[in-house]
Amino acid sequence: MSGADRIFRALFVFYLAGFAFYLFAPLVIMSAASFNESRFPTVIPWQGTTLDWFRAMWADRAMWEALWTSAVVAFFVVVISIPAGTAAALVLTTLHARARSFAYALMVSPLLTPGVVIGIATLILWRQVGVGGGLLLIVIAQASFIICYVMLMVVARLQRFDRTQEEAALGLGASRFMVFRRVLLPFLRPALLASAGLAVLQSFENYNTTLFVRGFETPLTVFIATKVRTGLTPAVNALALIMIAVTVIGAVAYELARRRRLRDNRAADLPH
Amino acid sequence: MRELFQRFGGWLASFFLILVAIWLVGMVLAPNLMTLDYALRPNLPPARIGGPEDSYSLANFAYLANEAVHRTIFFKTVWASALVTLTTFVVCYPIAFWMAQRATRAQLSIALMALIVPFFVNEVLRTLGWYIILAYRGPLNAVLLGLGIIERPVRWQGDLGVLAGMVYAYILFMLLPIYNAIESLEKAQIEAARDLGAPVWRIHWRVVIPHAKAGIATGCVFTFMLAAGSYVAPALLGSPGSRWFTEIIYNWFFEGGDWNRGAAYALVLLALCLLVVLVTLRIFRVNLADVAK
Repeated sequence: MSGADRIFRALFVFYLAGFAFYLFAPLVIMSAASFNESRFPTVIPWQGTTLDWFRAMWADRAMWEALWTSAVVAFFVVVISIPAGTAAALVLTTLHARARSFAYALMVSPLLTPGVVIGIATLILWRQVGVGGGLLLIVIAQASFIICYVMLMVVARLQRFDRTQEEAALGLGASRFMVFRRVLLPFLRPALLASAGLAVLQSFENYNTTLFVRGFETPLTVFIATKVRTGLTPAVNALALIMIAVTVIGAVAYELARRRRLRDNRAADLPH
Repeated sequence: MRELFQRFGGWLASFFLILVAIWLVGMVLAPNLMTLDYALRPNLPPARIGGPEDSYSLANFAYLANEAVHRTIFFKTVWASALVTLTTFVVCYPIAFWMAQRATRAQLSIALMALIVPFFVNEVLRTLGWYIILAYRGPLNAVLLGLGIIERPVRWQGDLGVLAGMVYAYILFMLLPIYNAIESLEKAQIEAARDLGAPVWRIHWRVVIPHAKAGIATGCVFTFMLAAGSYVAPALLGSPGSRWFTEIIYNWFFEGGDWNRGAAYALVLLALCLLVVLVTLRIFRVNLADVAK
């Protein structure tokens, strides 16, 4: 290895370390601040270690209400977007060339629309029939783009589906509905479960769209953002730490499951 | 369409079509068309709606064009989003290249996990993390003061804070598409270029980047769109001097009380994003189907 290469490599390792630091510093500092006695969340100066902020968070009724609101919204978003996304994927895959690319462009367009615009458009449409911001509109506005994610995940799974399975079932006398229920749906199951998980996450973490259609509701993200502006205490950090822990455990579990599945698939793809 | 009915039978096929129609017509097209209708009408008290003054005009769009402050904020949002996109690209490219071409299996596995985990965390919380770091009496100022790099605390909130928070928020949207694109590049091509005497920068410029252009376009499109439409980062990390166009839109709806003007502003933002998407895809000759993966 030449001298220039070595310098280059050292620089890169340095860069990598900086990148890792940039990635994790905000999360670590935010989490650490929830144990600091200081009234404003910070880590410098450290005024003593305490669990009081977790108690304060636990006792905060508004926080529990926000959590409940988010959970209700996420539930209905999943109930709407899984069937609609699956239907969209099935319709899309049975269309031909031109119609298909047109439908595809229309179906992914919500992903290319800024979240605030989705919220605004929903708010304006429903005002015509006298419905203002609230739970209903939050669910509708969120579902309108979360359906895209479900659609994309189901389409990806459908590409590996072997249609001869359906034909075999039909040949054996199953009705079309039975074929759908017993052959296609079980095949789609992993994609549906994964997209349900993704939908919950997207719904919980959405802020831009929700902000415009929330009416007088306060989902968790709005609750946190409001706290930051009106009176941030480390109780919010305590909540953040718990949410980070839950999402990290969920993300790691999902990633491990995905890798195991990949490995199993690879093993199954070996010559028969 | 016929295939759908043949495959699933009348009932099920109709059910699917109805669901898709509700989604695309009721939740995607109708809201946007109604927004356009709103944007083209004047803001009138309920009693005068439908009256002689209630006619279509471009007045709400003209207002944006003539109002100096809003116009400035709009263009600032455009170029600041472009800056966010460029910075995110520069930050991500070396990592993406390393992950796709150099890292060992174990390193790659750790790197992917380390990247994905922070991005499962809520955007509001990630921004809150930056809010705490950048606070006037926060850790960043304390460390820089301690090292003697600065003499008095710096107010990071404002343009710099928004940039740091946004780049952070969109790293994954830039990194993963580029990583996927570079991964499919044969190592032999890079080696061939090197054996023929190409310096490092030219290998990237002539071999890696052209190969990865679809991924780069995808990453840039998403980052730009997310940045231009962002609300959290400017609201929490910004200062009055770094207002974002989305904040102006919000004010029309919930403080200014002029939904028609707000609708026009929102459509301008939408048009900007679609324009950037289409132009980028055309320049890089990328298909929409490659973008939304």
